[in-house]
Amino acid sequence: MSGAVLIKTQSVGAVRGERVLFKALSLEVRSGETVLLRGANGSGKTTFLRQLAGLSEVASGAMTRVAAHHWLGHTNGLKAHETPRTHLKHWARVWGSNVEIDGVLERMQLKRPADVPCQMLSAGQKRRTALGRLLLVERPLWLLDEPFNALDTAGRDLLAGMIETHCAGGGAVIAALHGDAPLAASREVAL
Amino acid sequence: MKASPAPLSSAFRQALSEAWAGGSGLLLPLGFFAGTAMLIPFSLGSDAELLARIGPGVLWLALALASMVTLERVFQADLQDGALDLWIQSGDSISLIAASKTFAHWLISGLPLVILTPAIGYMLGVPMSEMLPAMLGYAMGGITFFLWGGVAAALAASVARAGLLIAVIALPFYVPAIIFGVRVAEEGLNGVGLPFLGASMLFALGVAPPAMGAALRLAAE
Repeated sequence: MSGAVLIKTQSVGAVRGERVLFKALSLEVRSGETVLLRGANGSGKTTFLRQLAGLSEVASGAMTRVAAHHWLGHTNGLKAHETPRTHLKHWARVWGSNVEIDGVLERMQLKRPADVPCQMLSAGQKRRTALGRLLLVERPLWLLDEPFNALDTAGRDLLAGMIETHCAGGGAVIAALHGDAPLAASREVAL
Repeated sequence: MKASPAPLSSAFRQALSEAWAGGSGLLLPLGFFAGTAMLIPFSLGSDAELLARIGPGVLWLALALASMVTLERVFQADLQDGALDLWIQSGDSISLIAASKTFAHWLISGLPLVILTPAIGYMLGVPMSEMLPAMLGYAMGGITFFLWGGVAAALAASVARAGLLIAVIALPFYVPAIIFGVRVAEEGLNGVGLPFLGASMLFALGVAPPAMGAALRLAAE
């Protein structure tokens, strides 16, 4: 508990339709932490993550965002016509990054399908492409919704390694997960 | 909001290649436009005078339909594939991004119709003197249509079969542009139609992007 606070929520609540999903959720995430959100289907993990990202409205409570974040939802954000290379190039341009795209593709083990349109890629290859966005620009906080979905064993190890490196370098990760976590979490939050 | 134009130009380029790859490349709207225009002589008979009179008006109808056919998927795809989430968090104005995407779609599906106008106009016997004003009118009216259509598409982004809803929302907004656009074709460049058509285009340029932005934020919730 030594790092700087990256994001902080104070008794945040969410309402879906007429139903209260959760209320009074307080969380403080510091650099170096890996926080896992746990809960049954429909308990509000995704909603909470979207609130953290500023995508969904906070029904009650307060949210203080200190650091910039990367977002990876359960959709990958890929266009059917894009190839992994053009997708990463596109977002590198939008975010003003001059990272070597080939290096990112190499790291994500996407060298072979780098120029294949996403509509012809496997679910795991699409996921790897989306995860490649995390490496385009350095942002302290990663918000990941079920990031291990569709990844094979090598992919899971790769992502676990990425998360470990990120946290060791002063970043933090908040991830919604169900099932086994192939990474060492510093904290688990039950929803 | 960053001042850098890179996000806007990237959005523009992505939308261009998406529109191109999505099957709504040049030929499809052109075929649609030409096909609609071709039906007119068959359905109304070959009275040359009548065709010349109603020709420009019918092309307006075809333009309006073409704009809605192509806009249905613009923002719906972004919502479904998760790109909208990324845009909203990119820190750039979602209104400007939406506007540049809409402009890209107009370039792919709206502008070709303007270029094709002389050929179809000739087929319907529209006098050559009316052709240039009509083309200018279609260009400006097309931008207006695509902007309002974009607002409707953004509002309908989370609706499964959005096509009809887009038409119901957008068509009333098309009316001023059509009224003034038809006058441009009739009166030529010196009439009152042109400034009013320009005004409705500028109004759409000012109002539609923030409306698209607000609708998209709501859709992402």
